[in-house]
Amino acid sequence: MHKPTNNGAWLLVVPVVLLVAFNAILPLMAVVNYSVQDIFGPGQAYWVGTEWYREVLGDKRLHEALWRQFLFSGMVLLIEIPLGVLIALAMPRKGWAVSLVLVVLALPLLIPWNVIGTIWIIFTRPDIGLMGYSLNSLGIAFDHTASPLDAWITLMLMEVWHWTPLVVLLAYAGLKAIPEAYYQAAAIDGASAWKVFRYIQLPKMRGVLTIAVLLRFMDSFLIYAEPFVLTGGGPGNATTFPSIYLVKVALGQFDLGPAGAFSVIYFLIVLLFSWLFYQVLQNVGRGGAR
Amino acid sequence: MAGITFEQVAHSYERHPRGERDFALKTLDTTFEDGGAYALLGPSGCGKTTLLNIVSGLLRPTRGRVLYDGRDVTRLSPAQRNIAQVFQFPVIYDTMTVEENLAFPLRNRGLPAAAIARRVAEVAEMLELESLLKQRAAGLTADQKQKVSLGRGLVRVDVAAILLDEPLTVIDPQLKWLLRRKLKEVHARYNHTFVYVTHDQNEALTFADRVVVMYDGRIVQVGAPQDLFERPRHRFVGYFIGSPGMNFLPCHLAGDGLGIDGTEVVLGGAWFAEAAARPRARLELGIRPEHLQLATASEAGTVPAKVERVEDLGNYKLVTAMLGPHRIFAKVPEGREIGGDTVHLRFPPARTRLYADDELLV
Repeated sequence: MHKPTNNGAWLLVVPVVLLVAFNAILPLMAVVNYSVQDIFGPGQAYWVGTEWYREVLGDKRLHEALWRQFLFSGMVLLIEIPLGVLIALAMPRKGWAVSLVLVVLALPLLIPWNVIGTIWIIFTRPDIGLMGYSLNSLGIAFDHTASPLDAWITLMLMEVWHWTPLVVLLAYAGLKAIPEAYYQAAAIDGASAWKVFRYIQLPKMRGVLTIAVLLRFMDSFLIYAEPFVLTGGGPGNATTFPSIYLVKVALGQFDLGPAGAFSVIYFLIVLLFSWLFYQVLQNVGRGGAR
Repeated sequence: MAGITFEQVAHSYERHPRGERDFALKTLDTTFEDGGAYALLGPSGCGKTTLLNIVSGLLRPTRGRVLYDGRDVTRLSPAQRNIAQVFQFPVIYDTMTVEENLAFPLRNRGLPAAAIARRVAEVAEMLELESLLKQRAAGLTADQKQKVSLGRGLVRVDVAAILLDEPLTVIDPQLKWLLRRKLKEVHARYNHTFVYVTHDQNEALTFADRVVVMYDGRIVQVGAPQDLFERPRHRFVGYFIGSPGMNFLPCHLAGDGLGIDGTEVVLGGAWFAEAAARPRARLELGIRPEHLQLATASEAGTVPAKVERVEDLGNYKLVTAMLGPHRIFAKVPEGREIGGDTVHLRFPPARTRLYADDELLV
């Protein structure tokens, strides 16, 4: 069959190329540019090659921040995904209660991120915060500004409270899309509730859960505003994540070179892990390449 | 295996049904004999799937009782009723292999592994799925998926009944014919009670010994395919079964015969006498296109009609003619020549039916 070729069609992708160029490619290239130069001021930049990369890769504090980040993101996924699925399964399927539950669940998602931090600072304050005061009244010395463990607990609670609703909404949409006939067939086949979940609901939710895992991984890996407001990276360096450290280096010390090099590495890590998660989740339940 | 009895069963999808109109299934009293092959035939929305789901227990009827061999099962779940059901669109467990799919209903009931393997092998052989057994069900074509669904329905031997809800809709015609024959074989071999829902008369007439014709939430006739064809008890049965369906001509009493409305024609004969007993009823004459005879020339007892179209459909000719204002179809043998604009129709008394208010009179 003859297919007409018309190179004019390339013009149609120009808008999206321009858009992506301005909001992603050009900023990224600027960062790459910083990462291979030593910049003293306007017009005073010297080519240093891979020196910043070597320095950054050997920076112990950055290593610590990265491990801390993996721990944090890992816990986020392990808690939020199962919890979100459980809540979605427990939600009503029809009737007036659906809208009510959805609105209540979505509330944390509507609050600006820095406000979230402020809310939790107040909530956990030992003197006036509902949670902090209650715990201290029970004899538990809870203070996220003093104890690294308390800081982590507060941060995880905040993160789970803030973002589990997103997982719930995605999982709920996935569940709603399962045709009634599947449940009917399972009832006829004598399947238990667990088997219905294992063989119908979970496989049918794979698509939305892939998106949930990717979104939660990327977002939590790049977390900045909430710990910045809540703990400022402390106590000590207990909650200093790469993003917080990066801002300190780039804006606090104005070390644009190392900051640029680390940004590039940071970006590649997120890209690599997102790709890995995507590949794994796509192949789960498909029997590999078959 | 069980006979299924409906006692005063009615169902409405409204929470508070206000009257007859709100009922998808009007009050029903009938029995499906143990080991029978039943087809529920009717157009979309006539209540046949509702009835099937009441049999299986997926739906609890608003009113009435369902009995299996005299035992009240109205409040039992599908699993407790021990029935198998196959749905219109393939339902398969994506993450399992074909083999695991077929074994699923048996495993859930804790059968020994050897018995499961034997049954799965039998069903796979019957449905020609052997070569796919180890394959993931998710990668199959629509045809194959439906075969797997069908297999899950047939895999259990001890079921009270096997219910099929338009199971061959997504299957292509060649395979449809084959699978229908397989189903008949299964029925002959295990003698389960089969209830087969379809809107396709061919499917119903070839599969079932008893066809249950449904219309507007009611059963209008239960009978062997032959009965439905020869003596439709309701106007709808005549119209719905046959292709094209029965011809209906509105008529009125005229002297000792019946006059066809809008024409001069009066058909005489003692066999119309019963009509006189129903002076207020809406009368219609019904005759199948297969039974309408064409005479070559005007003779006693024939009625002239104007030929509109003659279509050659391969093994017969379909003549469309106008009898006054009424369009009427006749099927005539292939070799028969239709000459000229006018045909002379003969209504053989033994094959001509009279309907009063849609119900068969004679």
